[in-house]
Amino acid sequence: MRRTLSVTKSGDHEIVMTRSFDAPRALVFDAWTKPELVRRWFGPRDCEVVECEIDLRVGGGWRYRLRHGGGMEMLLQGVYQEIDRPGRLISLETNEDCEASEGEALATLTLVEHDGVTTLTQVVRYGSKRIRDAVLESGMERGVGEGFEKLAELVAAPVKVGAR
Amino acid sequence: MAQDLLDVTFAALADPTRRAILARLARGEATVTELAEPFAMSQPAISKHLKVLERAGLVARGRDAQRRPCRLVAQPLKNANEWLGGYRRYWDEAFTELDLVLEGEIQHPERRGETD
Repeated sequence: MRRTLSVTKSGDHEIVMTRSFDAPRALVFDAWTKPELVRRWFGPRDCEVVECEIDLRVGGGWRYRLRHGGGMEMLLQGVYQEIDRPGRLISLETNEDCEASEGEALATLTLVEHDGVTTLTQVVRYGSKRIRDAVLESGMERGVGEGFEKLAELVAAPVKVGAR
Repeated sequence: MAQDLLDVTFAALADPTRRAILARLARGEATVTELAEPFAMSQPAISKHLKVLERAGLVARGRDAQRRPCRLVAQPLKNANEWLGGYRRYWDEAFTELDLVLEGEIQHPERRGETD
């Protein structure tokens, strides 16, 4: 059964994501904190993780550089605030190369395991409602006009029979 | 966002004339006359489309009896765009890959020699 990703707003500052995985939570925690595993899944399909450094301690930093198929790069980095394997991971992140995001965001990851299924919840708290909304809406584009054109394209596109 | 609101929004968008009307209103308010102008379509036909857009909460009509200008209401479009947007897609794709990585690790644990 395909697991469904849930993305919702919470209050004025937060984005909450939930997703379940068929794996023990220690393994899911490792997938978020070991560079050799992070590299293999992090980021969108058309991006490659070209750099992945993790200093897994409170006050330690993590740094991922993603390269898009077209050559553009994006740097993501943060500082760990709390590390409680295998259940909880908190970091303060900055996404300097993402237009919508400004300043820092506090990301809290929690993992709960039941009957071999791990439910992941990530709550990211932004500095303002405006920033939170911009991040959620962005596909790396901004504005109702741009977003609407993209939306119109998608609505107009014929549905592929048999596509997942 | 409620599924039925998304349904109404997408249904309203599933027409090229209505999308063109919204694109025009994204650039500023307009009367029915002004909106009808680029189309080979009568004003009553345009009004029908406007009613669909109003019911979907995408367009609001002014109260001025003479002109009743139409304007775009952005929030439903923003909500629909969020649903389609990059943030969700970004993580959806990443987690799909993570499923595969986890499956691989479970099936072939011999590489996991490190202490935790």
